[in-house]
Amino acid sequence: MTNEKSGANLPRILVVDDEAAIQRFLRTALATGEFYLHQAESGHEALAAAATLRPDLILLDLGLPDLDGIEVIKRIREWSQVPIIVLSVREREDDKVEALDAGADDYLTKPFGVAELVARIRVALRRSVQQAPEPVYRVGELEVDLARRRVLSGGTEVQLTPTEYELLRLLVTHAGKVLTHRQILSRIWGVAYLEQPHVLRVNISNLRHKLEADPSRPRYILTEPGVGYRLRADS
Amino acid sequence: MSENDDDKRPSPEALLKLALAEEKEAKRGKLKIFLGYAAGVGKTYAMLEAARQRKLEGRDVVVAYVETHDRAETDALLTGLEILPRAQIAYHGVALPELDTDAVLARKPQIALVDELAHTNAPGSRHEKRWQDVEELIAAGIDVYTTVNVQHFESLNDIVAQITGVKVRETVPDRIMDEATEIRLVDIPPEELLQRLNEGKVYIPKQATLAAKKFFKPGNLIALRELSLRRAAARVDEEMRAYMESRSITGPWPAAERLLVCVSGSPFGEQLLRTTRRLADELKAPWHTIYVETPETGKYARENRERVWKDLRLAESLGAQVANVTGVSVAEAVIDYAVRHNVTKIVIGKPTKPRWRELLHPPLVDQVIRRSGTIDVYVVSIEHAEAKRGAAAPRLKRPVHWLQYVYSLVLVTGATFASQLVRPFLTPTNMVMLYLLAVVLAAIRLGLRPAILTAFLGVLAFDFFFVPPRFTFTVADTQYLFTFFGLFTVGLVIGKLVATASERAEAIRKREVQTATLYYLSRDLAAAADIDTILDAVVRNFDQSFHGRLVILLPEGERLEVVAASTGLHLGEKEHAEADWAFRNRHPAGRGTETLSSATLLFLPLQTQTNALGVLGVEFNDEADYTNPLSRRLLDAFAIQSSLAIERVNLAKQAERAQLLMARESLERALLNSVSHDLRTPLVSITGALGTLRDRSSTLGEEARRDLLEGAWEEAGRLNRFVGNLLDMTRLEANAIKLREEPCDIQDLVGCALAAIEQRLGARKVEVFLPDGLPLVRMDMALMTQVLVNLLDNALKYSPPESSISLAAWADGTHLTMEVADRGPGVPESDLVRVFDKFYRIPVPEGAGGTGLGLAICKGIVEAHGGKIRAENRAGGGLRVIVTLPLK
Repeated sequence: MTNEKSGANLPRILVVDDEAAIQRFLRTALATGEFYLHQAESGHEALAAAATLRPDLILLDLGLPDLDGIEVIKRIREWSQVPIIVLSVREREDDKVEALDAGADDYLTKPFGVAELVARIRVALRRSVQQAPEPVYRVGELEVDLARRRVLSGGTEVQLTPTEYELLRLLVTHAGKVLTHRQILSRIWGVAYLEQPHVLRVNISNLRHKLEADPSRPRYILTEPGVGYRLRADS
Repeated sequence: MSENDDDKRPSPEALLKLALAEEKEAKRGKLKIFLGYAAGVGKTYAMLEAARQRKLEGRDVVVAYVETHDRAETDALLTGLEILPRAQIAYHGVALPELDTDAVLARKPQIALVDELAHTNAPGSRHEKRWQDVEELIAAGIDVYTTVNVQHFESLNDIVAQITGVKVRETVPDRIMDEATEIRLVDIPPEELLQRLNEGKVYIPKQATLAAKKFFKPGNLIALRELSLRRAAARVDEEMRAYMESRSITGPWPAAERLLVCVSGSPFGEQLLRTTRRLADELKAPWHTIYVETPETGKYARENRERVWKDLRLAESLGAQVANVTGVSVAEAVIDYAVRHNVTKIVIGKPTKPRWRELLHPPLVDQVIRRSGTIDVYVVSIEHAEAKRGAAAPRLKRPVHWLQYVYSLVLVTGATFASQLVRPFLTPTNMVMLYLLAVVLAAIRLGLRPAILTAFLGVLAFDFFFVPPRFTFTVADTQYLFTFFGLFTVGLVIGKLVATASERAEAIRKREVQTATLYYLSRDLAAAADIDTILDAVVRNFDQSFHGRLVILLPEGERLEVVAASTGLHLGEKEHAEADWAFRNRHPAGRGTETLSSATLLFLPLQTQTNALGVLGVEFNDEADYTNPLSRRLLDAFAIQSSLAIERVNLAKQAERAQLLMARESLERALLNSVSHDLRTPLVSITGALGTLRDRSSTLGEEARRDLLEGAWEEAGRLNRFVGNLLDMTRLEANAIKLREEPCDIQDLVGCALAAIEQRLGARKVEVFLPDGLPLVRMDMALMTQVLVNLLDNALKYSPPESSISLAAWADGTHLTMEVADRGPGVPESDLVRVFDKFYRIPVPEGAGGTGLGLAICKGIVEAHGGKIRAENRAGGGLRVIVTLPLK
């Protein structure tokens, strides 16, 4: 109770948006006693607040009056790994990919539901708190034991090629976060493969056939069309 | 009282005239003429003074061409004025300075000063005369100040010649003065002028000192001064009349007179025209000039026809309305024209032919007077001295080849042989008939002169061979002399008659050819529905009817482009510029005209009353055709008919465009209505729900609250989808969608679509049929996901809840096909194509209706991928939408 009042131990969230209506809505929607909110209305204000307040998470609107949101992400990433969730009305996938490539952790397209937002915030916060990923990842029927390099689906072991395993491991270590095609390609295959997205498609397809009950309606490895992939994380 | 006011109101015609004049004024520049009566009266000085005044008033004044003749006072006035460089026209190795019209047009000042309006430009300039340059400047909206002496005006030309004995060659058409906005008379008394001349203050060119001595005599100067004062006064009078007319002030102006003068190509034409113009001026009456073509006129020689053409042009420049008429006799045609045009006075020259000829050919004057009825006939005298020089127009003879004289010899020989054969049976006097036959044949086949020769030779042969004593020219019986005389006279008369008849027939044939030419052209043009057919018809008809080549230029954007041409005719840069000039100034230019006469082609503007449409360029094989009134008139008719046809097509095109625009506007209005309805409806339930919750929250039960919230939530979602669809549609229509194509796994695509629609899907089953081994297909995955989502969404909405929806994909060697099928009511066959139109909606029972954009967006996206989308009804009920994408 005291914690709640002082807010000292609550995760601090910096909300950056120039729209008063959105600020007001977020303040109300997130006033559940779970988070402590700071607000900034411009890019420069956001950069200053990020440095002085050291928030645990930043909700960032891309369309700011002074600086481009992408630029804000890049500057923050120069010195901080604080989770950034991008909020944008822009529906163009290019913007999302650019934001994620610049270092954003997740994105939500406006308008979004509060439940969805809170879930994303929780995932991002949890991931940033734990320094090393848990050795065993479990979601639904899927279990990945990173220490033993073992993958179980519904209790039975699944045989994966080394590449498939690397791909799955990458997704597991970033569970809940969107990884862009470029991010995955450069980490698994190297920069030389950036222009060869089909290797990624094929391996994802193979993984799904091995892990998913119905590859046409995947429950674990989710596609963000035009952006990348996300491994489901139970929030 | 009020009735009285009504009466005084200007007539609509007067107001219209005023409005037209004002409208014309507004676009065109104004002309101010500084009019003097001799060199040295100070015109240039006065013009420069006025220009300086304008400059002080802040107007943009430039000196386009001013000649100060190094007089210090005048030179001083030039300082401070912007002086444009002159053009240097190379002529016989000498560079002659001329007004640079193009430079002035490019500089586009408000006022340009151009000295010496009557100046004749150096050969090779664009225009023959400087007043034509000035006209071009005015047409371009530039005000021009210019100077001119009164003797340079066309209609005063011969009076001045009479007064001073000096014939002025540099003339300016009177209409220039009529059209001038302001005329400023620069006047000093003759004594003062003579004094200035003695002091050497008047510039006289060295080679003209002698002429000047003759010219600058007090008597001459007084007469010229009076002429200039009268001219200026007449101008004031004219303005007063116009003013009175515009204010409906009744004044003592004469009843509308109308004059008519007829030119025939006689050497007195020029004099006759000038006299008529003066008469018309005094009567303040409009005047007409006509040329009558009769079957006779066809045979006049080229020189004569050229004179007619020149006279008509002179008449035009003197301000006459000019026409070409045809008739059987000149007098009849003149009277007919006069009656039709309400002419009140006909002007005719005094006959100059010897009295005895009048017995045979009653002079035109007599013929006209006999028929004129109420119309006055003015007979004006013509100076005799000139008449002698000019001589009657030579007639055009049928070209007679020397061979034809040989043929007449052959004919006579033939007649002689025939006579020899029949000699035993006939008396010599009857043999004459055979010779007469030869004369008739010669007249029909060979023409008048060979016929005369035949008659003559016939007489000789008859005498020599058949008149006793035979084989001598001696005649025993004097009776035969009478036979000779008869044979010769009859031969002469028959020859003359037949030759005249065949010449007439020839003239009629020529006219008929012309009529037929125009008839064929108009027939072809009437049948032409589009511009290409019209152009084709014009060129084809020209090639058939003229000896020459034709090119048609029409404006394309800013430039004139060649759109049709006879084979082998190409235009260079120079010809393009000439055509452009004719187009912009709406005036003929090039060969055979006074403008750009050094050009190789004649350019006629294609125009109607209101619009300039293009230019017709003509190259005749025969130089004479450029000035031949017959071919020029036919060509003019060609141009007019072509213009009308082109205008007709243009208007039809405009009307079509307007109709299309209207149809589009009404469609857009319908769209707007639909959009505003779709935007408002969800807002109504959202604001309604929120309003209720805000104001009556305490009285609502928990269930009611939930209900309201749920409803508002759903409507907000619907609104969001609709706005999203609208934005997508807008982007697609603006071509603003950039495809991010990458190889995609179709299974992945299907998964994404199903995931996106999961909530709306609820318990509905979607059967997915995907064969193994589908290739990766290049596409924008996000957009293609949306296509599938929209298709699935439609299937959901329009099929019964318990029915199944299927989604299938397969690939052949070249295409990927995806298909979404439902078991709904399907779509009426006639609407299967229209379902992809914007805002097309299938009438559905209750509220399931979508935005009407879903399928339109699908179509846009699929087509952006180079694919196709179509809908068909399924056997057994339901709709199937099929998307095919090329495998790249």
